[in-house]
Parts: sequence; structure tokens; C-alpha cells
Amino acid sequence: MTALAETNRATSRGQSLARLLRTLLPALSLVLVLLGIAWLNPRAISYLGFNLMLNLAVPIALATIAQMFVITINELDLSIGPFVGFVGCVTATWLRDTPLFGVAVLLGSIGVYAMLGALIHLRRLPSIVVTLGMSFVWQGAAILLLPKPGGKAPEWLLALMGLKPPFVPFPIIAAVLIALIAHYGLMRTSYGAVLRGAGGNPVAIGRSGWSLLKIKMVMFGLAGVFGVLSGMALIGTTTSADANIGNGYTLLSIAGVILGGGEFVGGRVSPIGAVIGALTLALAASPLLTFMHIPPDWQVGANGAILIIVLAARVLISRREVRT
Amino acid sequence: MNRVAALLAKPWIWSFLGAVIVFVATISFTGGVGAGGILTAALSLAIFSVIVGVGQMFVITLGPGNVDLSLPANIGLASAVAMKTMGGNDSMIFVGLLAALGTGIAVGTANYALIRALRIPPIIATLSSSFIILSIDISYGRGLQIKPPPGFADFANIQILGIPILAIVTLLFTILAGIALQRTLYGRSVLAIGQNMRAAWLAGIRVERVRFFTYVLSGALGGINGALLAGYFRGASVDIGNEYLLTSIAVVVIGGTSVAGGKANVPGVWGAALFLVLLLTMLNTFGVSPGIRLVLTGLIIVGVITVAGGQKVTR
Repeated sequence: MTALAETNRATSRGQSLARLLRTLLPALSLVLVLLGIAWLNPRAISYLGFNLMLNLAVPIALATIAQMFVITINELDLSIGPFVGFVGCVTATWLRDTPLFGVAVLLGSIGVYAMLGALIHLRRLPSIVVTLGMSFVWQGAAILLLPKPGGKAPEWLLALMGLKPPFVPFPIIAAVLIALIAHYGLMRTSYGAVLRGAGGNPVAIGRSGWSLLKIKMVMFGLAGVFGVLSGMALIGTTTSADANIGNGYTLLSIAGVILGGGEFVGGRVSPIGAVIGALTLALAASPLLTFMHIPPDWQVGANGAILIIVLAARVLISRREVRT
Repeated sequence: MNRVAALLAKPWIWSFLGAVIVFVATISFTGGVGAGGILTAALSLAIFSVIVGVGQMFVITLGPGNVDLSLPANIGLASAVAMKTMGGNDSMIFVGLLAALGTGIAVGTANYALIRALRIPPIIATLSSSFIILSIDISYGRGLQIKPPPGFADFANIQILGIPILAIVTLLFTILAGIALQRTLYGRSVLAIGQNMRAAWLAGIRVERVRFFTYVLSGALGGINGALLAGYFRGASVDIGNEYLLTSIAVVVIGGTSVAGGKANVPGVWGAALFLVLLLTMLNTFGVSPGIRLVLTGLIIVGVITVAGGQKVTR
């Protein structure tokens, strides 16, 4: 009897260890990438180095959070990249020249996102196709607005993104803030639990009286909000816009969510993990890699390799979780 | 009446209706001028979407989460491999095509290995592999002679009575694919897996073997498509396949194949590919700017899927 209890306790300890490892995995992979960079070029691990390497981390993290909201309810947003590009074009033109109109357009685009959620829910449409269509719409709108690269970021945005706080580089502070806010909202509030539940078991959530329509609209609307923030942060960093500037963000954001421990179905996501995943990808894609004996040809490949290694590690850990 | 109703119930009819409407709108705008030319051009471009669309259709039919995102990188790499192997030499055309096919099969095998061995969701597996393939292509394609041999370029552009020869070949291929889907053990297995993987497994279907073959098929079709594209456009390049990421998914879904898996049809891929190309032609004929063209394309895709309706409620 006691022996059995003993093994049971050992098993549960093994399981919780595996679970802990699984939760820590995104952070571990970030540390691994950092160690790799430190090994290749120790001077990169400095205030200036982080500022340069994490240059684009803030917009990528925001886009990843946007994608995470959509993935929470078992949908996928293939239009977030072009949407970020569209927001960037609005930011570099209207938001600077006619701020009121610019704000109205950005709010309107968030409204469009919420309406897409409603459309997808009411007509039971596959979100992949609807957002695929919308990716053309955002891209087209961006080209209409800014046929040639140009525009200029509003001064206040440049000032914000160019902040140089003491000791800790701005991108790191921003990433921590983003992670904490999203974590609090989605993981710590009761409505956040309902939102995640809508991904885990929509029927149960519906039966217990919550409006699934409203949930879809809220989640797509939140994706719109974070997409807007991402586009603005991007322009604050790059100072000018281009209609194609956000195109890579669709795949980066999906990869970031999954790297961060999120799953495609079941409402299992992790905002902190997603931000860490985005940071890992931003580091792996950073221009500094050029100075680190990684030829530019292989930079994209390095991204893919990191994804595969992290996911492979996760499988090893979750296999242990099942076996023990 | 019944026959009409039966026809309207076919999931692929909408894509053809869309293609016809768009075509009629175009030629009524030009006053009937150039109708034949428009059709020929549409056929020559549509076949590339059809070839990758069929591969993507089999993959998507496997069920939720199954999608091949590595097609654009695959097409780019295969086009470079094919052109390098051919080396501008007419006698090497067949070997070059085989090389492109081999590249595609290798990509498909790698994708499946990631999905199976690492248990990565297919969408992420093919995404990560596409990053690596892209890098291989960038470093491999540097400083290469990438022009196709004249014989191959000519072949890719031959027309018989205004019908491109590639379109005829593709039509024959899609007929075979349709038979494979509906009448062979393999096709029925793909459909069964898409409807319920566990039930299919319990029924004795070799699920993993079928999945393996499907990803390899998609890879192989991507490879062939890369070689043909390089021949048609008279040159290979890294981004030659870029547009086929969205297009391959769009033709499958607009063609009436269910994104939830388990329901597929080949004619719809043709209808949707023609619809998308003719739509582009129509907007070009109307002389709209690239921005408006993209916005309208997007709105029409959303509109078509909204009208044609999503999945029926099953429970």
C-alpha cells in the first residue's frame, strides 16, 4: 500500500516537473538563443546591443499577441501581416497630417475586425478563407494610401519608440508590459477564463449563457487593437512606411504563438509565452546576425531551425509528461 | 427542374458560375473584342494554380490543421534546381523535370518527417521547413544561369487552337486526380481520415501511410509546378512561387472543398482557378489601379465564401 502511494507521489512529482519544464520551455529557448549570441559575439550582450537586436521585437510581440487572441478561439488570422502594414501606412500619413481622421480610420479598422468575428461566427465561415480575403483588402488599401514607400512617423511616436530608459533597454520594458497586460486580461480575469473556454468547449460556454457571437467579436476586436498597436510601433521604429512592410508578420505571429506554448485548438495559449516566443524570433531574425558569422542567406533558415528545435524539445518533454 | 437543383447542389458549381459571370462582364466591357485571347491567357495562368491547388486539396482534406505552407519555397527551389539541371540544354529537359520532381518529393518527405517524428502540427511543420527551404534556395540560386532551355520555354508556351498544351496536360492530370480521389483506395482513405481520423484508423486504414503519401504528393506537385513556371516565365527566381501560398488555399476553398476536411472535389479547383485569373483579367481590363484591384479581389473572395455559405451545422 505504502509502496503504491509512494509511486503515486513520485509520478505526480515527475508529472509536475514535466509540466514545469513545459511552461519554462519558451523561456529556456530564449536563453539558449541568447547564449548562442553571447558565444558568437559577446559584445552584443550590452545595452546598445539589445537595443539593436530587439529593434523590431515590440511590433512582432504585439502582432503575436493579436494572433494569440484569434488562436484562443480556434481560428487563424492570415491577414494580420498586411493589416499591420495598412496601419503602418495610416500612421505615417493620416495620423501625422490629420490626427483626428487618422484615429477615426484606425478605430474603424478595429471595428472591421470585430465585424469579421461576427461574420465568421454567424455564417460559420472558415476563418482562414475570410482572413485570406481580408489580407488582399488590407494590402490593397495600403497600396492605395502609399503607392511608394514614404510617409513619416508622428513625432510623439518617434519619441516614444526612441526612449532610452536607464539600465534596461526600452524593447525589454515594453515586452514585459505587453506580456503582463495580456496575461492579466486573459488569464487572471473571469471573463478571460470565459474567452479561453470558448476555445476549449464552445458548446459548454454557449449553454451556460454566454454569447459566443460577442466572444468572437471581442477576440477579433482585440486582435484588431493589438494589430493597430503593432503597426504604430513598427512605424515608430522604422520612421517611414511601405505598403509591404508588415507582410512577414502573418507567419511570424503564428510561429510566435506556437513557440510560446500555444496550441491551435482548445483555447490553450500563453500570453507570456507568446511574447517570449516573439522575442526569440526577433532575435533570430535580427540584422545583428549578419555580424555573427551567420551569412544573410541562412538567416531565414536559422528562424526555421530554431522553431523546429524548440518544438522537438517540447515533444520530448510532453512525451515524458504522458509516460511518467 | 430536378436536374438544375441537383446541379446547384454541387459544391463546385459556384466557382464556375463566378468564372462565367466575371468573363461575361469582361467581354461585355470590351464589346466582345479579344474574348478568345482572354480565355487562352486565363487558361495558361490558371493551370499553375490548378496543379498546386490539387496537391493542397488532398492535404487540406486530411482534416483541420493540415495545410502545406511550404509550397512557395518549394516552388522557388524546384524552379532553380530544374533550370540548373537543364543548364539551358534542350537534351536535359527531361532530367531537369525529374530533378524538380525529386526536389518536391524531398520537401514533402521532410515535411512529413517533421509532422510525424516531432509531432509538430502540420501548419507549423511546413512553415518552419519553408524557412529552411527558402534559405537553401537563396544560397543555391546565387549566380546561377536560370534561363530555361529554348525547347522547354517553347513547349511551355505552345498552343493548339488557342488552348495551351499545358492546359490539356493539366486537364488530363486533374481527371486522373478526380478518379484517384473518388474511386481509389487512396482517395477514399484521405476522405475517411478527414472525416474522422480515429474512426479511419479503427477501420483499418493505414492512416500514417496515407498522410505520408499526401504530403509527398503535394510536395511533388509543387516541384513540377516550379519547373513549369520557370519554363513559362522564361526564368527561375526565389520569389516565383510567392503568390501560390494564398492562391493554393483560395482555389481549394472557393472550389467547394471543406476546410474542416473530409469533403473534396477536383472540378472546383479548376473553376476557382479560372475564376481568380479571370477576375484579375476583368479588373485589369477595367483599368483599375493595383490597390483597388487587390481590395476588390479580397472583397469578392469574402463575398463568394459568405454567399456560398460555410459548413452546415452538424450537431
